[in-house]
Amino acid sequence: MNPMPPPQLRTPLAAPPHPVLTRGGWATVTFVAYLLFVLVPALNLLVPEGHAFHLSDYFVTLAAKIMCYAIVALAMDLIWGYTGILSLGHGLFFALGGYMMGMYLMRSIGTEGVYHSQLPDFMVFLDWKAYPWYWSFTDHFAYALLLVVAVPGLLALVFGYFAFRSRIKGVYFSIITQALSYAFMLLFFRNDTGFGGNNGFTDFKRILGYPIATPTTRMALFVATGALLLAAFLLGRAIVTSRLGRVLTAIRDAESRVMFCGYNPLHYKLFIWTLSAVLCGIAGALYVPQVGIINPGEMSPANSIEIAIWTAVGGRGTLVGPILGAFIVNGAKSWFTVAFPEFWLFFLGLLFILVTLFLPQGVIGLLRRGGWRRP
Amino acid sequence: MTTTAVHGVDAGPSGALAGAGMRVAGHDVDTTHGPILYLEGISVSFDGFKALNDLSLTIDDGELRCIIGPNGAGKTTMMDVITGKTRPDAGSAFFGQAIDLTQLTEAQIAHAGIGRKFQKPTVFEQHTVFENLELAMKADKRVRVAARARLSGAELARIGETLELIQLRDEVHRPAGLLSHGQKQWLEIGMLLMQEPRLLLLDEPVAGMTDEETMRTAELCQSLAGRHSVVVVEHDMDFIARIARTVTVLHEGSVLAEGSMDAVQADPRVIEVYLGR
Repeated sequence: MNPMPPPQLRTPLAAPPHPVLTRGGWATVTFVAYLLFVLVPALNLLVPEGHAFHLSDYFVTLAAKIMCYAIVALAMDLIWGYTGILSLGHGLFFALGGYMMGMYLMRSIGTEGVYHSQLPDFMVFLDWKAYPWYWSFTDHFAYALLLVVAVPGLLALVFGYFAFRSRIKGVYFSIITQALSYAFMLLFFRNDTGFGGNNGFTDFKRILGYPIATPTTRMALFVATGALLLAAFLLGRAIVTSRLGRVLTAIRDAESRVMFCGYNPLHYKLFIWTLSAVLCGIAGALYVPQVGIINPGEMSPANSIEIAIWTAVGGRGTLVGPILGAFIVNGAKSWFTVAFPEFWLFFLGLLFILVTLFLPQGVIGLLRRGGWRRP
Repeated sequence: MTTTAVHGVDAGPSGALAGAGMRVAGHDVDTTHGPILYLEGISVSFDGFKALNDLSLTIDDGELRCIIGPNGAGKTTMMDVITGKTRPDAGSAFFGQAIDLTQLTEAQIAHAGIGRKFQKPTVFEQHTVFENLELAMKADKRVRVAARARLSGAELARIGETLELIQLRDEVHRPAGLLSHGQKQWLEIGMLLMQEPRLLLLDEPVAGMTDEETMRTAELCQSLAGRHSVVVVEHDMDFIARIARTVTVLHEGSVLAEGSMDAVQADPRVIEVYLGR
């Protein structure tokens, strides 16, 4: 018996490199950063209106809005694409982040509302005399930021703990997250909940003392959104290229083997699930001042499903894919809803079916097949 | 088999080994009284069907034990009980003198030093062979440690040794999903070895293997005994005959016979169970 092969001349065993980004990747990130932080601001603010190279405010706001969606799609990809857990409740975390920022923006209106009261108009309308306790300190921006992270994060942590501890998986988990989002939507529809009922929050006047709709404020929000998208992308890359990321993918592919290797999947799932929810919350907080409204419609099941569609269209498990997916689907949406508003949902459903059937790896898979290599 | 020790119990990089909330670290198994595994009066029933019926079994430290039995005899359920996947309705299961397996989760049991190969080879198909071994490697398995884990030279060397042992050195950077069935089985055994378990449970390790692969697996099992305690569940009698020292026959959830292969094969009750129906 000779089970050991004779020592052969071969390259010594080396650990495979897992760089956060390749050199090409870093070059792309640098270029995108230049685009976001130099070119777009210059073309919008410095180039006069009417000039051929001027970028309109409409474009800036639309791009910023889609970048918020892209952060959400990226967060979805971490939990769905990499860990194999399909959440149909990510719209909830997005909306909660938005509402937390919305509370601050409502307080910033001051007495400029319709009723010239210290209270928001909807509270005057309900004949409330003072802010409910949970509105305390929301006039402080830093506290609002804390809530933006803490509220979606804590909800995800508690919900995730019970769901993952009970080993709820697959379609059952998806349905429960959907139900959770729906329940919150009904809660927020109620006027008594203290979040403006079905009108939600709107008519914001200023943020951090700056008027909210001026070109410079818009550009500042655009740049902040772009910075956060890049940061979320790099954080995601750092996670998926680490051993932690490989454990997450292993949970997706063979969870029982992960357990018998001595990992506790509960902790890993909770970590990535909560991180994903927090990213959604931050995206929601950036979204609300730019679109100027937040209402319970953001928590509707359809919104959460749309998030999954962006991710699937772009390509699960790639991080770049979901960002592209968010831009492709929402770009198509803003054109489609103007040109053929009544057909948008049909088109979206068709897109989802086609992608699932023919492009299981999304647009990224298509590009790769076409010879394009990941940077 | 004349391989060098893959990793003796005392070899390998130590360090903080207790995982998150793990009350038991590896190598703390108290085997001063000899046996490493005690099963005492274990019963498990599923919807009235008694999968295990007052099963009692003892495995000695360093022993290679083969377990055979007809379909439905409770072999896999027994492994489920040992690894914490199934909780027994009655009875006790101890690892060494002090570790009560019925109180631990799967991950804690894995940390305590029990490794399990499934009936169907279960490897991480999207990961390369190297990454499979890396993930299985004995290490601190908490989230925040995994987030910044870097392979040390000693860990790399251990992966290299295991790769030689399971003869997958040339496939090291292939995705595990592209391996042949036999190679997957070996990779899974290699993953178990990376955990440095005291007790290895191998559920049908040669299912679907060619004769040559079966022979090499037999050699591997024999080389493991002594350094590890090994429990093999198999249907392949040639394979059992090749490696067996002590054979336990399960039937309808309890032990029917135990002894050397020849003694067991001559036992009229065993003959009846295998041939009488």
